[in-house]
Amino acid sequence: MRDRLIFAGQLGFTLLVAAFLVVPVLLSISAGITVNYFRGIQSGVTLQWVAQVWGLYKGEIGLSFLIAFATLAVTLVVGVPAAYGLHVRGGRLSRVIEEIITLPLAIPGLAIALALLLTYGGFGGFRQSWLFILVGHTVFTMPFMVRSVMAVFASVDIKTLDEGAASLGASPWTRFCNVIVPNALPGILAGSLMVITLSLGEFNLTWMLHTPLTKTLPVGLADSYASMRLEVASAYTLIFFIMIVPLLVAMQMFADKGEKQ
Amino acid sequence: MAGTARPRRRLCNCYLMPTQCLPATGAPTSAMSHRSFIWICLLPLVLVTVAFFVLPMAQLVAVGADGPRGAGAYLAILTEPRYRATLINTVLLATATTIATLMIATIAGLFLQRHRFPGRAVLIAMLTFPLAFPGVVVGFLIILLAGRQGLIGAITLALAGEKIVFAYSIFGLFLGYLYFSIPRVILTIMAAVQKLDRGLEEAARSLGASPWAVQRDVVLPALVPAFVASGAIAFATAMGAFGTAFTLATNIDVLPMLIYTEFTLAANFAISAALSIGLGVIAWAILALARSMTGGTVAAAG
Repeated sequence: MRDRLIFAGQLGFTLLVAAFLVVPVLLSISAGITVNYFRGIQSGVTLQWVAQVWGLYKGEIGLSFLIAFATLAVTLVVGVPAAYGLHVRGGRLSRVIEEIITLPLAIPGLAIALALLLTYGGFGGFRQSWLFILVGHTVFTMPFMVRSVMAVFASVDIKTLDEGAASLGASPWTRFCNVIVPNALPGILAGSLMVITLSLGEFNLTWMLHTPLTKTLPVGLADSYASMRLEVASAYTLIFFIMIVPLLVAMQMFADKGEKQ
Repeated sequence: MAGTARPRRRLCNCYLMPTQCLPATGAPTSAMSHRSFIWICLLPLVLVTVAFFVLPMAQLVAVGADGPRGAGAYLAILTEPRYRATLINTVLLATATTIATLMIATIAGLFLQRHRFPGRAVLIAMLTFPLAFPGVVVGFLIILLAGRQGLIGAITLALAGEKIVFAYSIFGLFLGYLYFSIPRVILTIMAAVQKLDRGLEEAARSLGASPWAVQRDVVLPALVPAFVASGAIAFATAMGAFGTAFTLATNIDVLPMLIYTEFTLAANFAISAALSIGLGVIAWAILALARSMTGGTVAAAG
């Protein structure tokens, strides 16, 4: 009897926490498809707000995808070889490099954005192009890619495989393409999901780095929260959820799979 | 710097097994050496990091000391009453967020990991899906919950005849950080609970300990590393997050908003640089401390 009471109490509490997380999302979704949120869902269901958001903000949404995939490309080209180099080289210097590239996880995005502005703000063409935001996103997401790939290297004994291939006469480049990358694939995929998700949702850096001509999706979101009616802001949030939730679910499934292995 | 300068006939690096240094391994001597290949792998990362992180951060430190106060700007966060009040406010908010999140996540995490019941997977999914929501979106969700047209306002108006609205205050920000931190901390605590040795609990129980005593003396102490690691993340995130406060109200008195207004409205570059260095050092120190205590890797999130 007592156990049942404790169980019910804990279940109730956990359900309450879940409601705290889920109810606002449901409110936002319903507001985004309601004709008039103030009068409630009885006023009718509509996609007009979603269409309006698409018309107003498709530039922002498109730019966000461009930046997300460009960030992914840079973190792949720069991060994957570096993860291999750091793992194989080892030693103190590698530890120091790893520490430094991990710092953007601890230092608030606002500080990194200020640093970039104060250093490169004077380079007009660069400052005003989307490449400026790309740089910020690259600095912020790089540690996720590098560490996710290094985690795989630590678990598959990549050194032995690498040395085996070397002893058979494979050149470093061949080994990298045919031994290292295929073995690192789970880490590369997990890192890629992380990079895309973080880049699409990044606001702390981007708000400081954007210009009126280089607005990303979250910058547009903040814009709509400040200046649009609740239904439009909600419809925009709904579009964001539709894009980001599948990525989050995929990331979670990856994490679960990694744990089981 | 790379090993190419020194003549190296065989692949004989320090990390290779001695047997593989024998000529019979047939390592290519004409092609690029292994060492220089590793340096080529590392070079782009080093260049990107130096150009876009190390140099800008150094510039930030220099700008912070370049205002009318000189290097004293770095002390302003402690000596100037207005900045100090904001710092204290921010630390209190981050502490409250951390403690509340840890308590909530421990109760829910222990429950979810210790019981199997229908719908458990759905419940876990509901508790963890907001994992990487940006701060701006979390701010908007808090407005929908406790803002002027919010659910709590509507409920309290119907029940008590009074509309309760608190989204645009520091309590709204607290709720936002709670929303942000719960998924992350629950995941860490659930993973830690899974690794606990159930035998210890059974031993305590068979020795006559009450269920409450088992929790207090066996389970909770074993979870301390998880508390330290995930608590540090929650704390550092609540110190530095900007999006939620930005969405809720620009006049909430926390450090990131102060830095933002000093930079954009007052164009006070030196103070905003010094304050953001201060904020960065606090966040980094908390995470480094947690890492040295637990030996794991700990990182904040936006």
